[in-house]
Amino acid sequence: MADQMYREYILDHYKNPRNFGRLEDADISHEENNPLCGDVVGMDIKTRDGVIDDVRFHGRGCAISQASASLLTERLKGMSLEDAREIGKQDVLEELGIEISPARLKCALLALKVLKVGAYGLSQEDE
Amino acid sequence: MSMSTSIYEHPTGSGDPAGAPLDVTAIRRDFPIFETGVAYLDSANTSQRPNQVVQKMEEYYRQYNANVERAAYKLSEQATAEFEAVREKVRVFINARSKNEIVYTSGTTAGLNLVAYSWGRTNLKAGDLIVCTVMEHHSNLVPWQLLAQEKQARLEFVDIDEQGRLRRDQFDALLRQEPRLVAFTHVSNTLGTVNPVKELTAEAHAAGALVVVDGAQGAPHLGFDVQAADVDFYAFSSHKMCGPTGVGVLYGKRALLDAMPPFLAGGEMISAVRLEGTTFREPPHKFEAGTQAIAEVIGLGAAIDYLQGLGYPAMRAHEDALTDYAYESLSELDGVRIFGPPPGPDKAGVLSFDVAGIHPHDVSTILDRTGVCVRSGHNCTQPLMHRLDVAGTVRASFFLYTERAEIDRLLAGLKEAQRIFA
Ligand SMILES: Cc1ncc(COP(=O)(O)O)c(C=O)c1O
Repeated sequence: MADQMYREYILDHYKNPRNFGRLEDADISHEENNPLCGDVVGMDIKTRDGVIDDVRFHGRGCAISQASASLLTERLKGMSLEDAREIGKQDVLEELGIEISPARLKCALLALKVLKVGAYGLSQEDE
Repeated sequence: MSMSTSIYEHPTGSGDPAGAPLDVTAIRRDFPIFETGVAYLDSANTSQRPNQVVQKMEEYYRQYNANVERAAYKLSEQATAEFEAVREKVRVFINARSKNEIVYTSGTTAGLNLVAYSWGRTNLKAGDLIVCTVMEHHSNLVPWQLLAQEKQARLEFVDIDEQGRLRRDQFDALLRQEPRLVAFTHVSNTLGTVNPVKELTAEAHAAGALVVVDGAQGAPHLGFDVQAADVDFYAFSSHKMCGPTGVGVLYGKRALLDAMPPFLAGGEMISAVRLEGTTFREPPHKFEAGTQAIAEVIGLGAAIDYLQGLGYPAMRAHEDALTDYAYESLSELDGVRIFGPPPGPDKAGVLSFDVAGIHPHDVSTILDRTGVCVRSGHNCTQPLMHRLDVAGTVRASFFLYTERAEIDRLLAGLKEAQRIFA
């Protein structure tokens, strides 16, 4: 039941977030919050020749928002900015691999929004 | 728990304080929603509605559906009579002097905004002081911020102490600066704190201020006597007291309402309209522009009947017992931190807490999977969240139909959350 949403690896990413912290000399740095629940996710990205060289995220919030950010940073490392632009909501949800209730979609997609707005000036509503 | 002598209680017309305890099993049969099996612990957000209220609204729609006051036929006369009979019911409910002091609104938020726009814009000037508190719901805070900005007035907030009670020393200190208006809540929707409205009002009046009280949580759970407390304005919502959504009440003292300009303009509120200008009806109609939520007002009347039929002392005793039980049980859970005063005469049936290491939304999602409904997040009290230094809380709230078994399900769900996140 509840365990389907809080699978072991989600909890692992929540408790031991990957790429957590800040990058001093980031090329892209952006933060968003989810006004409804107060979740915050920020991302610092360092690029070289159009490729994401390093990425860190920071923030606080629920397991879903923080695990989603952690998973996204793992995926982004080494990816070209061009390819990263193509990452869509569905990709993020598939990566999470769990059933997300409608009330929690915003949490799951917050990190993606940070990337889209920060790196490309897009809002998800534009998609 | 004894409550009859408390300064925190002033319900009206609510029967015998030593009356029979609530028969919750029978009460729950009036609420078909419980057949779904949910444990509903979010009544501070919106209450459930009994058959009596739904049936009364249906009766209007099926038997005498017509606009009020506008037409000269029987159907409309009957609708108008029912609509106005509720005004008298509300008058008795809060013990207003006159039913002309009862303004129908769309809810607490609309009532508070009406005061801010109509009274505030007319009466405040640059440099005037408004006093508010850090425990307010956004709807009793943001209107004052906007008003203060527009008028270049000052807005100061009374802090809370470590137990979530208003700091009276700060309240007094701010009163010495002679505010024009003091706005505070009867009952905090996050902390469950019951403010001593009568005392605070007397002090504010002595300092020359008007008093606006947010009764969204007070009217449903404690009832209120506007004359005993002598407040100038009192706003509440039907949907938190077993009535329908979309309607509420603003009580205002007659002399104040008389002197206030209309807020919204349109049909129903006018006396004579010429192209050169318009004269307005007397209060309360002056503030009721356009077709009102007729079915909802009529439903609110049935809700008041329902609550008064049970009696506020019995309801309060029931909610107190649940609060005691939930407070004690939650206190025994490791990692659970409860905000707000402990059970007592200045505590209503609202418990906010957090669980170490688990975000309130995750707690709520896990509880939801077991059929337990609680509020999670900032509860529309973001400044209070900052004051408590938390991102949000989990909030369980109780009402006349809540049973112990629902609290047991809450406790079981919390243990499940702790197991998952261990
Ligand atoms: C203390 C308090 N004030 C104001 C409100 C706003 O009520 P409404 O949304 O019905 O206007 C609420 C309801 O959430 C509340 O709990």
